[in-house]
Amino acid sequence: VDHLDRLEAQSVYIFREAYREFKNLVMLWSIGKDSTVLLWLARKAFFGHVPLPLLHIDTHFKIPEMIEYRDRLAREWHLNIIYGENKDALGRKDTYPDGSCDRITCCRNLKTEALKYTLSGERPRYRFDHVLGEYVVDSKTEQYTGVIVGARADEEGSRSKERYFSPRDKENDWDVGDQPPELWNQFKTDFAPGTHVRVHPLLDWTELNIWEYIDRENIPTVSLYYNHGDGKRYRSLGCYPCTSPVESDARTVKEIIAELREGKFANIAERSGREQDKEDGGGLETLRREGYM
Amino acid sequence: MEGRDRQQLNIVIVGHVDHGKSTVIGRLLADTGSLPEGKLEDVKSLCARTAKPFEYAFLLDALKDERAQGITIDSARCFFKTKKRDYIVIDAPGHIEFLKNMVTGAARAEAALLVIAADEGIRENSKRHGYLVSMLGIRQVVVLINKMDLVGYDAEAYRNLCREFIAFLSELKVLPLSFIPVSARDGENIASRSEAMPWYDGPTVLEQLDGFEQRTGKADLPLRFPVQDIYKFTEEGDDRRIIAGTIETGSMRVGDEIVFLPSGKRTRLRSIEAFNTPRKDEARAEEAIGITLETQLYVRPGEIIGRVGDTAPKVGSRFRAHLFWMGRSPLVKGRTYKLKLAACRASVTIAEVVQVLDAADLHVTRQKQQLDRHDVGEVALETTKPIAFAPIASIEGTGRFVIVDNYEIAGGGIVLDEANTGASLMKNHVREREVAWDKGFVTPSERSRRNGHKSKFVVFAGDDQEHVRALAKGLEKSLFFENRNAYYLGLDNMLSGLGSDTGEMGTEAGYPIRLLGELARILTDSGQIFIAALSGIDDYDLETLKTLNAPSEILVISVGDNLFSRYQVDLVVSRDTETGDALPQISRLLREQEIIPEYFI
Repeated sequence: VDHLDRLEAQSVYIFREAYREFKNLVMLWSIGKDSTVLLWLARKAFFGHVPLPLLHIDTHFKIPEMIEYRDRLAREWHLNIIYGENKDALGRKDTYPDGSCDRITCCRNLKTEALKYTLSGERPRYRFDHVLGEYVVDSKTEQYTGVIVGARADEEGSRSKERYFSPRDKENDWDVGDQPPELWNQFKTDFAPGTHVRVHPLLDWTELNIWEYIDRENIPTVSLYYNHGDGKRYRSLGCYPCTSPVESDARTVKEIIAELREGKFANIAERSGREQDKEDGGGLETLRREGYM
Repeated sequence: MEGRDRQQLNIVIVGHVDHGKSTVIGRLLADTGSLPEGKLEDVKSLCARTAKPFEYAFLLDALKDERAQGITIDSARCFFKTKKRDYIVIDAPGHIEFLKNMVTGAARAEAALLVIAADEGIRENSKRHGYLVSMLGIRQVVVLINKMDLVGYDAEAYRNLCREFIAFLSELKVLPLSFIPVSARDGENIASRSEAMPWYDGPTVLEQLDGFEQRTGKADLPLRFPVQDIYKFTEEGDDRRIIAGTIETGSMRVGDEIVFLPSGKRTRLRSIEAFNTPRKDEARAEEAIGITLETQLYVRPGEIIGRVGDTAPKVGSRFRAHLFWMGRSPLVKGRTYKLKLAACRASVTIAEVVQVLDAADLHVTRQKQQLDRHDVGEVALETTKPIAFAPIASIEGTGRFVIVDNYEIAGGGIVLDEANTGASLMKNHVREREVAWDKGFVTPSERSRRNGHKSKFVVFAGDDQEHVRALAKGLEKSLFFENRNAYYLGLDNMLSGLGSDTGEMGTEAGYPIRLLGELARILTDSGQIFIAALSGIDDYDLETLKTLNAPSEILVISVGDNLFSRYQVDLVVSRDTETGDALPQISRLLREQEIIPEYFI
């Protein structure tokens, strides 16, 4: 049993615990490397199946390759995938790229708000119809009470305070100061009506672990993570107006692992290419308290 | 160098506020050369500029500032390494308000350092944390008597503190710990041997840490495989029925004869299932896998699989435990809570409060009958029906549990041993109920003479809900048209009606069965033939119904495959028997048992 086996076993345990306890479970899929490892771990936990829907929050500012990759995997793995969006804010052009607000407000509009109302079912969800080959408005509108998220403790300050099972109140708020105890492998799986629980199977994984696992399991990832000859690659993926690549020669998974092991980024935050982090004092805590993923 | 094979050990550092935890951590980071380059110099020169005396504790604050800038260091964790291995230090808050954070941190650790300041001596949280780390199953605990410089490095002061602390812990039956006299500020006995304390000949803190052992050998213990869930995903023609879980201890091979506890059902292991791995015939401790069985058994999540021939876990409904309480409302004797032990969820009643370490004055008392917030105590617990468990001393994973109160994990505990008390809480309850029963003037025999039949509680049980219900309703109808007093009650009707004001309790495992048992007692007392249809119940549920229905009698008809191995059912109606053919069989049984007279006079 090596360290990847241990991490995998713990994540699988968390997945099965969530699946056992939450009737309306959904998994957030940002298309990035972490949530794709998360998806792979779901297949590990459920023996090749993904018996829960995947939810993607589409800001409509994602790098186009991300959306292409999302829909290709949905078809190939026959995933039950839905997306949600903040149609109002997009319609009003109340976004940072449209020049009408700052980055934090834009994140709040296009991600936090969109997520909140998509989870509650108050705004439309679009489900991929495998027969038609396109997204159609989903007829199911019940609230999701368990939300599986690919957050890692080492990503940035606020995430290190998370629990594996982290309750959110009716307003989606996270009370950082008063979190439930977690003893051994017993987590908070009972919740009052109206509240929901965020589940974090990847909490103990590091950026390096993620790439080691992608390598070991041969998990397909979006090509933006690799250098294609211009000496640049993305280390973290988001919306194109607020995400920039890092200097790197790594063309393959193995080269990325070598780069990380050498400590190339030892003193540079993984999300340093994500501009909203800097505006929120580096911690993202303000956004996360309100329900940011 | 990210050595793939380097060992990693989680340690937690606990102790009273201001007894020097941060200084110990700062020292460990500095003396092992684990600080970022230039950090020590930066902090020292900052202190010099602001005319503050340098303290090692400032290093932690400096690292925390860095974290706030988004560099990847966990806020509650620090890292240092020795030649032997990497350490993760979990810094547990000393303040009592953060006790649940402290236990969350400590529950992830394999070893603990407990810091006591020599000048202040043993304080509240020294005691509380000492007890908790032991309860959390951390076997490797070392006590650092810190700030020895403030007591002149006096051997007598050190020995007195050791003696006092051992006395306190042994009162709580906690294992004795080892002690090291240190001065974290001056680095005495941290990484290098102290010259100021030549009377001490034990290890330094670093030597002691490197001497800790990692949990190994779990695979060599008897097999314990808690059933977390059972899957049948039918997409893409998958017909596997997979029993999923994480192996706690031991190992298993295809072909092994295995036993499910508490149900006692046995079969052989047909295959080991996993996704995207080569086919395997063996699985070992810590693996999260699945298995399929040679014969299909009706088993439920929460059971523990063992291997036939190995020592089995205990099966019982009553055990003694050490328990600590974090709930907003107290843990009260006689009240029922939800218990989570390994994969099992059960309802549990606090049968007895043996002794309590009071959080307010930290004295052990036998007078209290409840555990208030932050109290720890020894209690006897009784589950509604038997579960599989083991004392903490044998296998950790099946000897510790949490208690849920009002949706929150409010308590945690470890199983000390089974408690045999003869009469269970339920039997006591029934005895008291019968003594207090307010009887009318009509006797049971007068009632049955008038009715033309005896009263009886008739239970139909099987895994095919539709079939079971159809039979139960069919019996009610045929009895009714024979002018008998028969009544069928759907379990769902009972829960949505009678149970509606019970809130959370209504959904708790075991509760509907208890409610049904109490109802059966009343309805059979009224002379009825009371009929219920149940699916998904086991031997213990039948025992519960029988006990609660007493002194009235119960008749059990198993429908389809007989799911009951221990409880002797009265009749088995096979799966392919039509309702029309089954009813005469049941009618014959009622006559044989003289519930209904054989001939009409």
